[in-house]
Amino acid sequence: MQLVVLAISLGLIAFIIWWFFGSHEEKTSDAQISDNQQESTIVVDGGYSPSTLVLKKGVPAKVKFQMNDSTACLSHVVFEKLGIDKDLTKQKMTAIEIPTDQATEFDYACGMNMFHGKIIVKD
Amino acid sequence: MIKISNMQKFWLSLILASPMLLQMVLMPFHWIIPGYTWIAFLTTTLIMLISAAPYWKSAWAAFKHHNANMNTLVAVGTSVAYFYSLFAMLTGRAVYFESAALVTVFVLLGDALEERMHSSASNALSKLLNLQVKEADVLTNDQYSKVPLEKVQVGDIIRVRPGEKIPVDGVVTKGTTHVNESMVTGESLPVSKKTGDEVIGSTINMDGLLIFRATKVGKDTALAQIVELVKKAQTSHAPIQNLTDRLSSIFVPAVLIAAIVTFVIWFVFLGAPAVQAMLFAVSVIVIACPCALGLATPTALMVGTARSAKLGVLIKNGQALEEVNHVKTVVFDKTGTITAGKPVVTDVIGNQQKVLQIAAALEVNSEHPLASAVMAKAKQYQLRYSQATDFQNIEGKGVKAAVDGQNAFVGSAKLMTTYQMADDLKTEMTRLQNDAKTVVLVGLAGQVIGLIAIQDTPKKTAAQAISELKARGLKTVMLTGDNQRVAQAIGSQVGIDQVIAGVLPNEKADHVKALQQDGQVAFVGDGINDAPALTVADVGIAMGSGTDIAIESGEIILMQNDLMGVVRALEISKKTFNRIKLNLFWAFIYNLIGIPISAGVLVGIGLQLSLSWLVWQWLSHRFRWLLRHYY
Repeated sequence: MQLVVLAISLGLIAFIIWWFFGSHEEKTSDAQISDNQQESTIVVDGGYSPSTLVLKKGVPAKVKFQMNDSTACLSHVVFEKLGIDKDLTKQKMTAIEIPTDQATEFDYACGMNMFHGKIIVKD
Repeated sequence: MIKISNMQKFWLSLILASPMLLQMVLMPFHWIIPGYTWIAFLTTTLIMLISAAPYWKSAWAAFKHHNANMNTLVAVGTSVAYFYSLFAMLTGRAVYFESAALVTVFVLLGDALEERMHSSASNALSKLLNLQVKEADVLTNDQYSKVPLEKVQVGDIIRVRPGEKIPVDGVVTKGTTHVNESMVTGESLPVSKKTGDEVIGSTINMDGLLIFRATKVGKDTALAQIVELVKKAQTSHAPIQNLTDRLSSIFVPAVLIAAIVTFVIWFVFLGAPAVQAMLFAVSVIVIACPCALGLATPTALMVGTARSAKLGVLIKNGQALEEVNHVKTVVFDKTGTITAGKPVVTDVIGNQQKVLQIAAALEVNSEHPLASAVMAKAKQYQLRYSQATDFQNIEGKGVKAAVDGQNAFVGSAKLMTTYQMADDLKTEMTRLQNDAKTVVLVGLAGQVIGLIAIQDTPKKTAAQAISELKARGLKTVMLTGDNQRVAQAIGSQVGIDQVIAGVLPNEKADHVKALQQDGQVAFVGDGINDAPALTVADVGIAMGSGTDIAIESGEIILMQNDLMGVVRALEISKKTFNRIKLNLFWAFIYNLIGIPISAGVLVGIGLQLSLSWLVWQWLSHRFRWLLRHYY
């Protein structure tokens, strides 16, 4: 019995290390462009999906955060470089305008910096 | 499904949990509520469905993203306690429903309170913007009428009555008054305004009717810019966070592993009953608090930057705030930073009134900076002076003219030619020149009747600010393009440690680099030529009255044209940074001590924790921490 528990525990630990620390492919997606306006939705539920969003340079962009998570952890989204700290719990969809005048990367995170996402602006 | 807030969920769950709380109170008296197990099962199941399920859902979603956070811990802790109790109930063992229920209730309370406090803290900033008035009294078709603030345009002529707020930024075209600018600059004394002076939107016109022309509206006003800047600072990163960011990303999985290890050690190696081992493992999960690590810096930054903005010190980012604490040397630009940048009359030798009258009569039409210093002095004494005639402007030397039928001149010794000058005046002239002052001679009817000494003087608070910086153990340096004598004179007036004179504008940055050899350097400046030095320095401090490019290059901006701001910036940064360190210390200590105790490390000496005690500890930690931040 003891040995079985030990084996299961070791297996569990190995799984945790592999699952959380191993390298896993991240989902990336491109924004939809129509009428010289690009729009994309990021679903907030235990993280951001897609966690990496690619926008086209020079096309005005609106990124909508769809809040599917009701816990306090993800209630805010913070874009450090843009000085944006938005409360996502006020409504289901919160739109944030992202400047696309130059090719760059905007990292964003939840208020406690536990969850991360990225928006890439490219040509 | 009806959407209910965390606060409502908390109250609902608390009511549902009340029979279990009652049972906890009755326990020491060995009273057991009839059918307790069934009551606990039903109420806890409801609490799990209403309140814990969102945490499970979020934790599961995070898990699929290979992410783990606070929710993961809450979800694992509550679900293990709940499902074990379910199993125990069916097999007739002791149940632990109350643990699952109470952890959920308290986590909810924490979340609800945190939401409320967070929104009130960020509201403080939007309140700044609410300082703006809604309407302005704009001149249209020769009549003043109320116009909504959004419609006000650059170039509009706006009237502000005494007691009213100035709607946007602009330049006074008519009227004199005092303006209370404390909300924008932090300066508590009212500032006097006359035609040509700049006014700032949202400041209060105190005692005179004011007409001004709008120069900046909407996003461009000083207030809007300040709010934008502070917002960016609040979301910025301090380098000290890099450590915690790295830690918090591995924290939760590490805690999960620690819990498994705890279980294994108790159950496999120490032979404890499975239930006991499980309780220790659950305790480890429940007590860990990764939020404290993640929030230690942002909350302190948020409070620190907002507070400093109120004092007229704008800190652009967390990095500057941290760097300022390591600064060893503060380098100042001279003109416009240490000195006012406007020459003033410091000495009048001879018959004061007579000398100034003649000088004023000759200089009244001149646009030379020295002339405006003389005119300011004459105005200060409210002197009357005669009209001069036959003006002769001698380039680079001075002015000749006739006053009341007599020949007169104001200027350098080169204009003296046939004029006589008494020996005592000559001695005075040498003395003043040795003090690095520019000396102007005043001659009338063949005689030099007096001297006027002019100098760009230090700002009132410069000496005090520098002595306070020195008291903090900082080295102070002045950089200037002036010659050594002038620079040294100003330097010793304000008590600066080292004067570097004769610096060409493009050499300032090189000197800052050289000084960086001995430690980190802060550079304080205001001009276009200071921009490279502001950028090169570890911390650039720009005077708010300075040029736009200087403000753009600096990391800290002083809204008041006052060097005490440098001292204030250092003070606030130090305080905020210490607060960050303190927060991090508590966050670490709490987890470092809490986790081993929960794991049962100290059971040998009789220190074993009940789950409810743990919950209590966790709560008091989380709340103490919230209170420290927001109040």
